[in-house]
Amino acid sequence: MSKQDSYICVDGIWKAFDGYPVLRGTSLAVAQHSATALIGASGSGKSTLLRCINALETVDAGSIMVNGDLDVTAFNVDLDAIRRRIEIVFQSYNLFPHMKVLDNITLGPIRVLKKSQKDSKVAAMELLTRFGLESKALDYPDRLSGGQAQRVAIVRALAMEPEILLFDEITSALDPMLVGEVLDSVRELRAGGLTIVMATHEMSFAKEIADQVCFLHEGVVWESGTAAEVFERPLRAETQGFLKRVH
Amino acid sequence: MGISPSNFSYDYHVDNPAPDAETVYVDPLRQARSQKEARQDAFIGIASLLVFVALVVLLVGRSSGWGTVAETFFNRDQFSESFPGLLQAFWLNVRIFLIAEPLILIMGLLIALARTLKSPIFLPIRVLATLYVDIFRGVPTILAFLLGFGMPALQLTGVPSDAIFWGTATLVLSYGAYVAEVFRAGIGSVHPSQTMAARSLGLSSLQSNRFVVLPQAVRNVTPPLLNDFISLKKTRPSLQFWDQSRCYAEPKLTRLQTLITPLMWVRP
Ligand SMILES: Nc1ncnc2c1ncn2[C@@H]1O[C@H](COP(=O)(O)OP(=O)(O)OP(=O)(O)O)[C@@H](O)[C@H]1O
Ligand SMILES: [Mg+2]
Repeated sequence: MSKQDSYICVDGIWKAFDGYPVLRGTSLAVAQHSATALIGASGSGKSTLLRCINALETVDAGSIMVNGDLDVTAFNVDLDAIRRRIEIVFQSYNLFPHMKVLDNITLGPIRVLKKSQKDSKVAAMELLTRFGLESKALDYPDRLSGGQAQRVAIVRALAMEPEILLFDEITSALDPMLVGEVLDSVRELRAGGLTIVMATHEMSFAKEIADQVCFLHEGVVWESGTAAEVFERPLRAETQGFLKRVH
Repeated sequence: MGISPSNFSYDYHVDNPAPDAETVYVDPLRQARSQKEARQDAFIGIASLLVFVALVVLLVGRSSGWGTVAETFFNRDQFSESFPGLLQAFWLNVRIFLIAEPLILIMGLLIALARTLKSPIFLPIRVLATLYVDIFRGVPTILAFLLGFGMPALQLTGVPSDAIFWGTATLVLSYGAYVAEVFRAGIGSVHPSQTMAARSLGLSSLQSNRFVVLPQAVRNVTPPLLNDFISLKKTRPSLQFWDQSRCYAEPKLTRLQTLITPLMWVRP
């Protein structure tokens, strides 16, 4: 895919924390309505890359364009515009513990999208039903299992009607038993045509769902291609070594 | 078919179906046993308390000085004599509390928020807030009451010279500093990932403070805040000392009042 027609175009971004380089000229192109999996060792910069795409971190150099019209890395960027179009779901759910599930979900639509209470609630209940969580609407987050909490976090992101969803190892904190239900949710979103970029340690899932797999190594996209290319015929020694270790 | 130990089994089959999801089953033997233990615990607790009280009464009552102490501190005539005054003072105390407490909360919250402002343009506000907190926490409350001497002495027009007004103002200033620190600790206790989640939903930093961080911060610091409320109620009487010393009035204390003051935090 050429840079011009990619939906998200990450172009040579650099990011250091306290003089320690984490992203070193990382580039990435993501097509619309596709799923991209970021794999790589712990500390290779997957989370940092995702957070840069959502402007939760500012980059040191490089640019990130979305749909050719939104420059996430611009100096005077409208953060609201970015975050209306791009939502991120975290490994640790980060639900708001003092709010009921329903209020967690409607907070953004009401306060940011300025929707009415009633419309937001109706939409939230629809989403919860879609993910089999309607009975949890009035519970507080601490009453949820890990899998339920993570699916609520996904619903909360979806309620903002984003174009792009970023998933940062959303199954890493879960029991193996609960991983399946969360992955089912991701499958459904993928089928619904959202653009998804996810950091993941679930290699088999990445293999199944991702149109593109990118292997990050020490802050650069070391190797990328279709799932078949990266998993079956990795070209570089580091990729081969990593895949051998995780299997 | 009801559940009993004999048919409560892990081998569920057609004749012995699994219990439905709402069924709660406790072994009757275990239930009887835990109820019996609860009764025993209650009995032992009460008996032990009675023995303890009996011992204290015996020890104190037998001491040689008890007669004098009882006469000095537990005199019924003096109690009924000073009770109306105490009640009146208690009411004043409650009124001051009701006015001071909301002001203290607002003050503390504003100062705590001011100290979290990051933009360099707010540097003066941050510095002022920090100075205020450090000074008013460092100065003993009784000294802070100097405000009550000083301000009326300046004889500025429009500045009230009322003792209760300045006393309350002093309480607000002094406790506002403490409460600001409590709120600041509360804000710090909310994990940054909460702010990150709020911001990534598109909430502005003001909104994420208002809807996500502060509600959790306030919850986390409710116990220490209550501490400060109670302490406030106990400090209020020193307003009285200050007021009296200001008038050079001879404190008219009955012995009973001296005792009751620390107990009820008030003095007529
Ligand atoms: N806010 C921060 N401040 C300082 N260092 C950071 C910060 N965020 C990340 N880092 C460092 O950047 C490096 C990359 O972190 P990152 O979270 O992007 O890795 P990752 O690929 O997501 O790893 P993992 O698989 O363990 O989640 C790590 O060494 C981490 O210590
Ligand atoms: Mg990570």
